[in-house]
Amino acid sequence: MGNVIGIGASPKRKEDQRFLTGRGNYVSDIKRPGMAAGVFVRSPHGHAKLRGIDKSAALAAPGVIAVLTGDDVADDGLGSLPCGWGITDAKGVPMKEPPFPMLAQDKVRFVGDMVAFVIAETSDQANAAAELLTVDYEVLPSVVGVLEAVRPGAPQLFDDVPNNICCDWELGDKAAVETAFRKAAHVAKLSLVNNRLIGNPMEPRAAIAEYEPGTDRFTLWTTSQFPHVVRFLMGALVLNIPQHKLRVVAPDVGGGFGVKQFHYGEEAVITWAAKRVMRPIKWVASRSEGYVSDRHGRDHVTEAELALDETGKFLAFRVKTLANMGGYLSTFGPNIPTNLYGPLLGGVYTTPAIYCNVKVVFTNTVPVDAYRGAGRPEATFVLERIVDVAASEMGLDRVEIRRRNMIPKEGYPYQTPVLVQYDSGDPVGCLDGALVAADVKNFGIRKSESARKGKFRGLGYSTYVEACGLAPSRFAGRLGARGGLYESATVRVHPTGQVTVMIGTHNHGQGHETTFAQIVSEKLGVSFENVDIVFGDTDRVQFGMGTYGSRSLVVGGAALSKATDKVVAKGKKIAAHLLEAAEVDIQFEAGKFSVAGTDRTKTFEEIAGAAYVPHNYPLEVLEPGLEEQAYYDPVNFTYPGGCHIAEVEVDPETGTVTLVNYTAVDDVGTVINPMIVEGQLHGGIVQGVGQALFENAVYDEGSGQLLSGSLMDYCMPRADHMPMMKVATHSTLCTHTPMGVKGCGEVGTIGSPAAVINAVVDALSHLGVTHVDMPATPNRIWRLLQNASLPVAAE
Amino acid sequence: MKPFAYHQPNQVPDAAKLLTSIEDSKLVAGGMTLIPTLKQRLASPVALVDLSKLPNLKGITDDGATISIGAMTPHAVVAASKLVQAKIPGLAALASMIGDPAVRSRGTIGGSVANNDPAADYPAGVLGLGATIVTSAREIAADKFFLGLFETALEPGEIITAIRFPVPLKAGYAKFKAPASRYALVGVFAAKFADGVRVAVTGAGSGVFRVPPMEAALSQHFDPSAVAAIKIDTDGLTSDIHAEADYRAHLVTVMAKRAVDAALS
Repeated sequence: MGNVIGIGASPKRKEDQRFLTGRGNYVSDIKRPGMAAGVFVRSPHGHAKLRGIDKSAALAAPGVIAVLTGDDVADDGLGSLPCGWGITDAKGVPMKEPPFPMLAQDKVRFVGDMVAFVIAETSDQANAAAELLTVDYEVLPSVVGVLEAVRPGAPQLFDDVPNNICCDWELGDKAAVETAFRKAAHVAKLSLVNNRLIGNPMEPRAAIAEYEPGTDRFTLWTTSQFPHVVRFLMGALVLNIPQHKLRVVAPDVGGGFGVKQFHYGEEAVITWAAKRVMRPIKWVASRSEGYVSDRHGRDHVTEAELALDETGKFLAFRVKTLANMGGYLSTFGPNIPTNLYGPLLGGVYTTPAIYCNVKVVFTNTVPVDAYRGAGRPEATFVLERIVDVAASEMGLDRVEIRRRNMIPKEGYPYQTPVLVQYDSGDPVGCLDGALVAADVKNFGIRKSESARKGKFRGLGYSTYVEACGLAPSRFAGRLGARGGLYESATVRVHPTGQVTVMIGTHNHGQGHETTFAQIVSEKLGVSFENVDIVFGDTDRVQFGMGTYGSRSLVVGGAALSKATDKVVAKGKKIAAHLLEAAEVDIQFEAGKFSVAGTDRTKTFEEIAGAAYVPHNYPLEVLEPGLEEQAYYDPVNFTYPGGCHIAEVEVDPETGTVTLVNYTAVDDVGTVINPMIVEGQLHGGIVQGVGQALFENAVYDEGSGQLLSGSLMDYCMPRADHMPMMKVATHSTLCTHTPMGVKGCGEVGTIGSPAAVINAVVDALSHLGVTHVDMPATPNRIWRLLQNASLPVAAE
Repeated sequence: MKPFAYHQPNQVPDAAKLLTSIEDSKLVAGGMTLIPTLKQRLASPVALVDLSKLPNLKGITDDGATISIGAMTPHAVVAASKLVQAKIPGLAALASMIGDPAVRSRGTIGGSVANNDPAADYPAGVLGLGATIVTSAREIAADKFFLGLFETALEPGEIITAIRFPVPLKAGYAKFKAPASRYALVGVFAAKFADGVRVAVTGAGSGVFRVPPMEAALSQHFDPSAVAAIKIDTDGLTSDIHAEADYRAHLVTVMAKRAVDAALS
């Protein structure tokens, strides 16, 4: 056996060799012979009728090959961009699902909506021609906020969607909740806004499409988190290209965070256009273009009420949310604020009755869809905030009220009143661990030190759970999923014993090439260096649903684990033949097949060799070769959770919030690579801190203009915003995934916003502040302090 | 980016001639504002006149009672200059707060002053110190140079060659960074001279401006407490998605205190 680096080790990441030496292969690095350049012309208006497009000047410009518009799409009879989820309202009425044409027809519905595609020899020529396109708009009033959109008389995006409401969705036992509220000793109420976010992956979106007339095949290279799903949605539902005639490649992708897990109109337009002009075409988005076309995240307005008995036990929780969908339904759009939100409102607590009503609303903004966490940060935020409000109003300690309501470790499996059943967890253990790690007992000393400098210090808790590992297909199907959510892996053992894995997940920064190689190294006893992971190409990988929802290790890793088990099982059959023993007597351990109780062994490499050179081989009963495939459909979600504690210092003179300490103790199940898990937690936490303190996508009501349309105005979290984080795991094993894993990609983003805002409110609570909306910017905090009941101290 | 001609003259008069003879030409110093504008196709000059090969435009010289900084001197050089740190530490500190390391390596003092972005840092230092802008044609006092939003007293074809700063008794700069851009949401430069105090504010309005009541109070008593109670009128101050005018007005007072504090420390 060679250099086994298995589960629990932290080797350096395999993929970093190429990333850190500038040898990655991103879509924009790819050049095809005869490649033309494409540019999208986008609506400058939030809402307008399209009265006509005059192409003549653009077509006459130097180097122009073609100009395509919505009329051309209609002439070719192409489909609408599909939504992958169909939710229904309380009466079972399906959501309103207006068409989402890949190039606008009749109307534009957000700034950035695509109206034309200009193809020229060079991108400069395409850009110059795009400026010559004359689009005749009849500008209409825009509506961008959900509260405004549902008001009578609001601008209507679609004639057949009254009040702009796509779906009036609900979950839970409304009557039981009302009964509990009548009996409550105390009711805490909270209105809040969950701010709209823009994902901002490092690499902007890009695509190249090519059509080969000789084979009638299309190839699309695209910055996608799920190439097979793009092949299906685009090929089968939009462009009518048979699956075997369409190859989708997502090579190295520079970050996704959800932004790249949708099928975008740009992909369909460029693939269709490549055949029309018989040229490969490349499109690379600018950062500014990404701001008005990458799907946005969050954007809720919520009213919540928590009913408690006199001891602070939660009796019932009621949540009403208006969720912004933007101008059209994106791939997962309506699923995010409903199925990924309502079922998480139980948190880690034993609340017996929960009711959630979500109105899903169209507005003249970029379509909203999943962004890291997707629904679960929103649920965590409203729950963890209102728990603090209740504690404050009832004069209870914020830790104690949580402790009193937590599901005890021995209470698992735990059935919530909102569909999901948690298999495992230990919220009390995570809380206790975090209290120690954050040195909460000495917080008072630190608060006094801050006060001496004229600063207000606050501490905030978030004890949370999430559902990830999307998803059990049967369960998802009942909720409205229009596809399956399993994963697949093929383990190909070469004649010399090296291994290539083809897996349907997509690695765009998560370290899969390392983590998955560790699983194979451990399970097959082969050298870590001798395992390569292949992903992101529908011609090379059998099938897959891609990477999102913290599913890669949970679902993809499980498929991989099953496939390696099959390899071992076949290897045992071969070894039994070679060692002249019964199959049941063959043991496999540390890369060696042996006959139990003897010293007769065959190495993994010898068995692989025999499988491909079957001179001495049981050909009557066994096929040659050593390659196995497995599909895995999870039996349940996994439920990572934990306790995050944030500590902030507020400068009352300027309103600046500084995050001074951050502690996270998370239960992510089995940890394959602790270094990678720590990195995932760090990144997730920083993105959650970004939402809490900095990030805000702001639209102008009326015109629909995006006011925070660049990095000059949209504030991303930066390294100097962060203290050194204390991150630890306190794991219970998932009971239903093969390796006990739960997933860790989103926990940081889910746990952190509430911890940070609870800390800010704590810092200001002596001034009568009970809530702060995100992001807690200096301007917002200063204004709160101006309106606060007590004078601002600190000179 | 749209196509343009590119010139790299070797002498200041040649550069000036190019700028006046080619209509719609623009000079480029560090390019920190111009290049992004070109990339976004928001500007389409016919020609760019690159100043990087002009002699004697880089570097810092000690003139005794004044310091001269060549127009093409990058911010990082000013920030790290032992001379500036010794004689006008507030100016070195200001330079160290501009943008990020890449911007400070490439961006120049002349470019920043000529551009007169309403939220740029250097205009506060130049006006606060009462510096002199030396150009290819003349010398202009800071008080007469900055004319509001991206407007200056520069004539077409006139090129800044250096900025001459009088050495103050004390000077300090305090900047409240706009969260996203890290330009000054409000920046205040305070400088004490034998004959009085100058206070200049950037970021708060459409261009850098002085605050006479603060100057008068600090001339009496150069201490943060002298300005703590001086409130700024919101008239003419900027309101945007990051800060409304009243918050900016409040920050002027806070940053003025901190600038004086920095000058004294």
